[in-house]
Amino acid sequence: MTTTETTLVPNFDDDETERKIAFICSKGNLDMAYPALVLANAALGEGIETHLFFTFWGFDMITKSRMNDLKFSPVGNTAMHLPVGDVRIPQALAPLPGMQPMATKMIKDQIAALGVPEVPEFLDQIVASGGKLWACRMSADMNHLTESDLYDGVEAIINASDFIEMTDGAQLLFI
Amino acid sequence: MPVTTINGREIHVDDEGFLTEYDEWDEDLAKVLAANISVDLTDDHWAVIKFVRDDYKAQGETPTIRRVSTAGGTDTKKLFQLFPKKPAKKMSYIAGVPKPHGCV
Repeated sequence: MTTTETTLVPNFDDDETERKIAFICSKGNLDMAYPALVLANAALGEGIETHLFFTFWGFDMITKSRMNDLKFSPVGNTAMHLPVGDVRIPQALAPLPGMQPMATKMIKDQIAALGVPEVPEFLDQIVASGGKLWACRMSADMNHLTESDLYDGVEAIINASDFIEMTDGAQLLFI
Repeated sequence: MPVTTINGREIHVDDEGFLTEYDEWDEDLAKVLAANISVDLTDDHWAVIKFVRDDYKAQGETPTIRRVSTAGGTDTKKLFQLFPKKPAKKMSYIAGVPKPHGCV
């Protein structure tokens, strides 16, 4: 046991402002939406400037008509097992009707049980924490979508050069 | 586990300086802890600190930012204003509880 005369105060690094992080969200499956959301939320909680760029299938995460209805499929996912024990879903059964809704419901229930919000509400939290959401120009054009089709918290539709310029000096994570 | 002197009292803390003994905390101590990290306490801060302490006692773990905003009634945006940059750690420190261990 050590006793210090001076007060031991946690170092919250308030002056450390240079760190910046950006996530490229390229997947629209429910399970692949979460990694960037969880990490972006954690980065914001550490006072780090945080950007999320939504592209290709990741565009579904911020498209109003789709963001509430992301799916999880056991097809091609050999690591998918039931929440109890080590029971795996045989790949031959994975594409059967009913499997995708069942798997989606199962994973949603597991996420909710941890108090982790669904995708739209998670985005609300990220925006409220100061995170910036950006939509990919090419994805918008391919899908014939404009800003009015996108989640209200999205800052703008930007092109690839804008994103590269904006993330100068940032740590990048492609998901 | 280190012991540090805060406000003329010996207080048990972890290696970073977070309190480890729930009952060593009182409001006077909180004022000193807040001053240590340059937070000026207002009624809004106190509401959060009291929720964090009550919730820790009831749940056995420190609430995350999300839990404070959904169950504690102070929204996320406000938490970032009250405890700039690192709300989860700063509110835990002032409330005299460990850092939250949940991810979200």
